[in-house]
Amino acid sequence: MPKPNLAEIKNAYDKHYKNITKKIIICAGTGCVSSGSLKIFEAFKKGLEARKINVSLHISEGCREVYLTKSGCQGFCQQGPLLSIGDIFYTKVKESDVEELIEKTVLKSEPVERLLYKNPADGKQYAKSEEIPFYKKQTRFLLRECGKINPGDINEYISRGGYFGAARACAEMTPEEVCKVISDSGLRGRGGGGFPTGKKWDLTRLSKGDKKYVICNGDEGDPGAFMDRSVMEGDPHAVLEGMIIAARAIGADEGYIYVRMEYPLAVERVRFAIKQAEEAGILGCNIFGSGHNFKINVMEGAGAFVCGEETALIASVEGERGMPRPKPPFPAQSGLFGRPTVINNVETLANIGKIMTIGAAEFRKMGTAASPGTKTFALTGHVCNSGLVEVPFGATIRQIVNEIAGGTANDRGEADLNAFKAVQIGGPSGGCLTKEHMDLPLDFDSLKSVGAMVGSGGLVVMNDKTCMVNIAKFFMGFTQNESCGKCVSCREGTKQMLNMLNDVSEGKATIKTLDLLDGLANVVKVSSLCGLGKSAPNPVLSTIKYFKDEYLAHIKDKTCPTNNCKALAKYFIDAVKCKGCTACKRACPAGAIGGEVKQAHKIDAAKCIKCGACAATCKFGAISAGG
Amino acid sequence: MSLEKLNDVIAILNEYDNNPSKLIPILQKVQQKYNYLPQDAMTFVANSLGIAPSKVYGVATFFSHFSIVPKGRHIIKICDGTACHVKKSEGIINAAKKRLNLTDEKHTSGDFMFTLECVSCLGACGIAPVAVVDEEVHPQMTPEKITALIDAVYAKEKANA
Repeated sequence: MPKPNLAEIKNAYDKHYKNITKKIIICAGTGCVSSGSLKIFEAFKKGLEARKINVSLHISEGCREVYLTKSGCQGFCQQGPLLSIGDIFYTKVKESDVEELIEKTVLKSEPVERLLYKNPADGKQYAKSEEIPFYKKQTRFLLRECGKINPGDINEYISRGGYFGAARACAEMTPEEVCKVISDSGLRGRGGGGFPTGKKWDLTRLSKGDKKYVICNGDEGDPGAFMDRSVMEGDPHAVLEGMIIAARAIGADEGYIYVRMEYPLAVERVRFAIKQAEEAGILGCNIFGSGHNFKINVMEGAGAFVCGEETALIASVEGERGMPRPKPPFPAQSGLFGRPTVINNVETLANIGKIMTIGAAEFRKMGTAASPGTKTFALTGHVCNSGLVEVPFGATIRQIVNEIAGGTANDRGEADLNAFKAVQIGGPSGGCLTKEHMDLPLDFDSLKSVGAMVGSGGLVVMNDKTCMVNIAKFFMGFTQNESCGKCVSCREGTKQMLNMLNDVSEGKATIKTLDLLDGLANVVKVSSLCGLGKSAPNPVLSTIKYFKDEYLAHIKDKTCPTNNCKALAKYFIDAVKCKGCTACKRACPAGAIGGEVKQAHKIDAAKCIKCGACAATCKFGAISAGG
Repeated sequence: MSLEKLNDVIAILNEYDNNPSKLIPILQKVQQKYNYLPQDAMTFVANSLGIAPSKVYGVATFFSHFSIVPKGRHIIKICDGTACHVKKSEGIINAAKKRLNLTDEKHTSGDFMFTLECVSCLGACGIAPVAVVDEEVHPQMTPEKITALIDAVYAKEKANA
């Protein structure tokens, strides 16, 4: 096994890198790839080669002139495909733009103005990514290299100071010392619960066992969350480094990375990173000359949300149905194959190497006293700029939504600060925050106090055209579907709650339904076996708490204030807009529409089955569903 | 079970040293080969690993990725995660269902050309709503776009026929 000399690799890389005159980075995260970034990469390669320009795809001996590389997710997904040439940043680039970009920016260092980012709020153009409000207002600590480096080049990771923390932990520190650094940093698990990572490691370190395991939980199942995907795609070596240090701290010699099968690109990048690390002698036997062995396996999930729960995840790695089991014993005492096991989330592990490098005290300077560090959030829904953002703990919804994301978007996609209604944090396990929480500092404890949770970090912004009953129903439908069925209160409770929410949205509920729903939600919350069931009622409880009026409108007035619930819709035809074309009359399956040709039509409310076929057919926008 | 199939499954089992804890990756490989889990293959896997066929069936039906009925030649995944849902993915799902004559119970078109799967989050929320047709991710979908994608696949199949 070769013993890697990190300083030597870094020096060589830096030396070769100096020969580069222009660097082109093309985002190859899932978002940009789907908008065609790989075709742009090929077009650049072809265009540069046709001009006999020396193009390097790797930094190595003899590289000169233009360095063309792919990065992981840069986070600004909605504006993709993204690319930068030198320090000029381009958005929404098309294959047909490449020739112009080579001629102007690569050869003459002039910007192509029509491809620069234009802020929708004030129309201002930005040439550098750091100046764009979306990036400028973030604190990119964990995501520092994500979107900047080539995830397929281990040497580039090392040149940025990567694996130095792992080398120190393995070769110069004792397991106790490693645990102490992480404990002192105050790092808390980023997967949802916020359990102190150092404590978890210490418990596992002290557990007796001839074999121990480290598992990286990359089963990011929360709909609306993609932070872990972005880190695994964009900076996979950071995850491996975290695992190596965790293994050193607890004395494990084998690890698993559990990745959702919905993330094929993340699986590919992680597998490739492991191969590179093995070839470089960073994974394998006697790593960094410490006498310590460590190997990492990749396991693809088979599609079960509950496997994000640690004991369920362990069961599925063992080849069983992914069902959780009661704790204790905790995985720290008896985990994978009955051995002491540490399970950490992707983001938690990606923090470790950086903490080892900068030290616990420096890490604590970010965030709040009880929640140090930063948190990545996947910002989606009705916002102007959706994407991946990172802020210190203690930042507010106002800062994230209004300053970074450019504000709430209305149904037409335009910025409208007044359209903000709520934000769902923590996915189906979390709760909603409303206008009154705009200035609440986001950290583990303050969110818990208002009935929400950090969860994995999904932030879905909803505008005033969103029906909160419908949202609660959506999440309940999800958890009901994903409930593993082991414990009665989750299996039956989610089903009954979903039935009641259906009744509310169909106008069949009474005020008693609401009381029963609230009561059952509290029972499921305390009596379920695992985190899935315990947190499943959160969206219901928090929407009832903050949007009770909306529930009452459905129940008492039989109306949906936002016109989302089809069964409560009352369709009517605007006599002014109606041209009398009879299209709706022909589309109506219930024969509920009457009226002569070229005269305004009318809907017979008694016959209408509220299918919406007429509104979908009308070319003149004359039919709408009023409350 | 045909000899060819038998050899395929044996090769997969050997790749994982006939280790029962590798049941999930083994089933993933079998599904990759046949695009679903044929019953005879599941029984053979159970016997080879020394575990009950009911356990293999239990695992196969627990995870949503596994299918015990044959799927269509092309797979359409439409995301109905939170971000896609608030951006009206329901209309896209309905449009695809309508184009392929599918129902809540029927996920595969009569000609076995398409299977429609509704998934909860593909992690591409920044470009919601999203659909994936045979591994290719399509951003910012509309009911019209999904119908056009299906038509395009049919046209291609016809040209190749």
